[in-house]
Amino acid sequence: MSFDNAYESLVEGHEEKHWAFGTGFTHALSGVDRAISSTVDRDDLAAYCLMLGDDALVYAQRLAEWCAKAPELEEDVALANIALDLLGQARMLLSRAGEIQGTDEDALAYLRDSSEFRNVHLAEIDCGPGPGGDFATTMARLLVFSAWRLALLHRLTGSADPVLAAVAAKGVKELTYHRDHAAQWVLRLAGGTDYSRERMVAGLAVVWPHLDELFTAHPIEHRLAEAGVAVDPAELRSEVDSVLDTVLGAAGLTRPDVASVPGGGRGGVHTEAMAPLLAEMQVVARALPGGVW
Amino acid sequence: MSARQVAEQVLDPELPVLTLADLGVLREVSEVGDRVVVTITPTYSGCPALDEMRSDLHEKLTEAGYRDVEIRTVLHPAWTTDWISDDGLRKLTEHGIAPPSRIGPRAVGPIPLTLEPPKRRVSCPHCGSARTTELSRFGSTACKALRRCEDCREPFEQIKEI
Ligand SMILES: [Zn+2]
Repeated sequence: MSFDNAYESLVEGHEEKHWAFGTGFTHALSGVDRAISSTVDRDDLAAYCLMLGDDALVYAQRLAEWCAKAPELEEDVALANIALDLLGQARMLLSRAGEIQGTDEDALAYLRDSSEFRNVHLAEIDCGPGPGGDFATTMARLLVFSAWRLALLHRLTGSADPVLAAVAAKGVKELTYHRDHAAQWVLRLAGGTDYSRERMVAGLAVVWPHLDELFTAHPIEHRLAEAGVAVDPAELRSEVDSVLDTVLGAAGLTRPDVASVPGGGRGGVHTEAMAPLLAEMQVVARALPGGVW
Repeated sequence: MSARQVAEQVLDPELPVLTLADLGVLREVSEVGDRVVVTITPTYSGCPALDEMRSDLHEKLTEAGYRDVEIRTVLHPAWTTDWISDDGLRKLTEHGIAPPSRIGPRAVGPIPLTLEPPKRRVSCPHCGSARTTELSRFGSTACKALRRCEDCREPFEQIKEI
């Protein structure tokens, strides 16, 4: 059998499912009771699931870029594991959104353009291994992202939507490990050599300008928070600040003195880092429409 | 065999020393005539073994003569390593995997930060020594951490508490 490219073999009519990512998986919420309360606005709920799902999906893609590039093998494995947890959360959230919108998780992940993604900028910026950062910058982002998402999901466990509450409750356990992992690396790098400390300080300065966006509510988040379904991100600020201050304090570091940059991810406005990220994430699915493997 | 007995004996695809019952992911089995509804819960959000578990359950129950098999997933309450049976903990140790400690219900309020690896006493499953250190909190699968024994020097995996 010969193929012009390796991916062609994936779309042949094989009986066995291939190991690769993509279609052919069971619906991520298969067998889960997914009834929606009549008091909840369905379009808002779908949009909110996309916001939280896109944060996880896009950041999982960034973390996966480290695979085989981390400073040690254990770290390749750790970052891939963290990415897998987030990808699992993303699948459930995108499936929920897809079901309401009449599409599915694959179409949402692979066929939307940048302006249709609803993730915050912190999830998409290049913090390394690309030219935008390094391992220290990556740990700075992991610390801020996981501290924020943990606080968010922790509150979301009380959501009036049972699927969101359940996805959040699982996510809380996972993110507790992610946040600790980042915090321990920040301490280790800050307490290492002058050089590692310098890199840690520089890394924090790269992610800090994106902090404000995390606590800025989109109108949909506002509406759903009032209905008891979502969490108003503004309410998370003091808790997240206090976690970050604790870690920085233990590391002998201070908050970077940098100006905030405009956000807008929740409204579909993204940084220039987003298009190349999506190009890589979506290339196979778009090159072979309808491919099943 | 009852449907429950069939379902309980299905092995976890990633930790084949444990049955789904040992692992605590099998939440309910109900049987009416030749119709069976099995309810399972995932360990981690991204656990790739879940689909495998669903199809293994389906296959084994169909082989046992049940014609109408439905596998449901529940997300709530979220799985915890505390649901691994005592028998499961023993089997893990026998197969060179350190079992998780019992953690009990989490206290209410904000989730505490852990700024250094927790000083949990984890015994080496090979030689029994208590002098072991954590190499990485993340191992070959989402549920495992990697440790090393300071006495026999062997690395080993541990199911981390969640
Ligand atoms: Zn030993």
